[in-house]
Amino acid sequence: MFMIFGYSSALLFGQLLLGLINGAFYALLSLGLAIIFGMLNIVNFAHGALFMLGAFVAWALLEFLGIPYWWSLLIAPIVVGAFGIILEKIFIARLYKLDHLYGLLLTFGLALVIEGLARNQFGSSGMPFAIPPELQGGTDLGFMFMPNYRGWVVLASASVCLVVWLIIDKTSLGANLRAATENPALVQSFGINVPRMITLTYAAGVALAAFAGVLAAPIYSVNPGMGSSFIITVFAVVVIGGMGSIAGSILTGFGLGIVEGLTKVFYPQGSATVIFVVMVIVLLTRPAGLFGRGGH
Amino acid sequence: MSISRRALLGTAAAAGLSSHARAQAPTIKFGVLTDMSGPYQNVAGPGATIAAQMAMAEFKAAGFNVEVVSADHQNKPDVGVGIVRQWFDRDGVDVILEVANSAVTLAVQGVAKEKNKVFLASGAASSDVTGAACNANTIHWVYDTFMLAKSTGGAMVKAGGDSWFFLTADYAFGHALERDVGNFVKDAGGKVMGAVRTPFPGTTDFSAFLLQAQASGAKVLGLANAGTDTINSIKQAREFGIKMRLAGLLVFLSDVHSLGLEICQGLALTESFYWDLNPATRAFSDRFIAKAPGKRPTMVQAGTYSSALHYLKIASAMGPAQAKLDGAATVARLKATPTDDECFGKGSIRIDGRKIHPSYLFEVKKPSESKGAWDYYKLIGTTPAEDAFRPLNAGNCPLVKA
Repeated sequence: MFMIFGYSSALLFGQLLLGLINGAFYALLSLGLAIIFGMLNIVNFAHGALFMLGAFVAWALLEFLGIPYWWSLLIAPIVVGAFGIILEKIFIARLYKLDHLYGLLLTFGLALVIEGLARNQFGSSGMPFAIPPELQGGTDLGFMFMPNYRGWVVLASASVCLVVWLIIDKTSLGANLRAATENPALVQSFGINVPRMITLTYAAGVALAAFAGVLAAPIYSVNPGMGSSFIITVFAVVVIGGMGSIAGSILTGFGLGIVEGLTKVFYPQGSATVIFVVMVIVLLTRPAGLFGRGGH
Repeated sequence: MSISRRALLGTAAAAGLSSHARAQAPTIKFGVLTDMSGPYQNVAGPGATIAAQMAMAEFKAAGFNVEVVSADHQNKPDVGVGIVRQWFDRDGVDVILEVANSAVTLAVQGVAKEKNKVFLASGAASSDVTGAACNANTIHWVYDTFMLAKSTGGAMVKAGGDSWFFLTADYAFGHALERDVGNFVKDAGGKVMGAVRTPFPGTTDFSAFLLQAQASGAKVLGLANAGTDTINSIKQAREFGIKMRLAGLLVFLSDVHSLGLEICQGLALTESFYWDLNPATRAFSDRFIAKAPGKRPTMVQAGTYSSALHYLKIASAMGPAQAKLDGAATVARLKATPTDDECFGKGSIRIDGRKIHPSYLFEVKKPSESKGAWDYYKLIGTTPAEDAFRPLNAGNCPLVKA
């Protein structure tokens, strides 16, 4: 193995790969946030709590009904998405005409309530969730040991991101959605049920969070605080990518995962901060974000 | 200052009961202040209250009544102090038990002294409780950070783990733990190969740090962190096939239970009580599991039982009225009398309030070695009682100089 800047290439490649894996979570979560912000103009602070709910649904399905991980990948997003529909109908729909700030405060409050209830019910030490037997073990890549499950996470996340991007950017459904955000009245006049579309968009964004939650369950302990440790970073990712930019949030998610991974080699203490440093630089130089449309 | 509704209800209910009892005979009242809903819920929590109730039921006090009330301190010192003041001032509580969380313990210690009551701490980890913060009303029963560091650091080297690398949470607690354990490792003839500081809070993925630790070539990975950080680092070390021996510096039986043996196997950790240690601990634990279905007691819960029992023996010998009168005098009697119970065997209490007993270094069993639920540990080293804790004169406790 050769050396780069005094670090062994094995260590560097390892960290790059790990960064990509973490980036997969950032991408999935920030994608959901970007969709919700882009279509609903709501800064969904409840996203972390719904990510956590996704993990808990997977845990409960396995614990109480014996439903394995693979089905949870499908069921948990549907369950949490349905919960999202309820949240949207009862609470969030009332705020579309108001300033962003109200939506932010409401969803932040919802996040605290959901987390508090989960903590009360399950305690905070967390529930065990094993890696599915099909994905246990790993492969020695020469420069690092690659657990099979982490490989699956990158694969699953990248494909879901790609599919979502294709739907929004390339299909007529996506075109309707994008049109509805620009001019809801006009789109409605074409006979498209805009409020229902918005509700379903929120549900879809939330379902992405739940999907990420199920992916995360075997890696982190399933505990009520697991969402809040992610959500701040993910918001930074969304801001850097450009609020509401779909492709931007995906690329930024993976990219910042890698930046963070490299920081862990050169200055481990700074790895939790580096994303925010990038955020500050981006905001100062390109306030609309790297991929933002600018001039909102 | 806020007081939890549960605490209010609990004490209100208990106060109602006690007014009847007091008419007939004096009542010794225990207040179990614990974490009912947070990170120490499984280590202490409702199980600590059950342990105190067991001591009450088994002692069969003659000539006086015993009561147990409990409340949730929510890991907030102000909440804890509020409950304790109310217990002392209004509800006639004589003894505070348990109090998992060092910050709450240090605050409650002050109130116990001010009101001249008795505080038998089990769940707190900080060795300051019997160090600079010690007082004549407090006894620290089960373990402290010094004991954990000395046993895990020192005994581990003797068991063959002579080169260490630390995964350290980047704040005062983690740094202190890394330093203390590192010193014991060096004292025992081992060496520290390095450490990686993980940002705190905010680190959920430890895999990058684990690979750096692996690259150091050290035999033992010391986890100088706590709670979810420890759980995540253990889980991910397993996932990434880290070959080092893991040493948990603040891991309890309930954490191992929640993670499962598949993940925890091979982990080294220190406790002063394990339910399956000997026939006496098993007898206690069998009675405990009858009261708390599906749960084996942790060392903190065992300590709550053991400390309540020791107090009742002394109170009975002194006469309950006398024991209630002067907390410091009662604590002096507690210290002067050797302890003996099923959980910790024979022991003693030092002038600084440190309860002395052996500490045990355990290794978590492989799933194939475990014979059933809760069969988790095998003993790999014992530090005798007299060496297990910080030397009396090294803690800066004012009571020692006096």
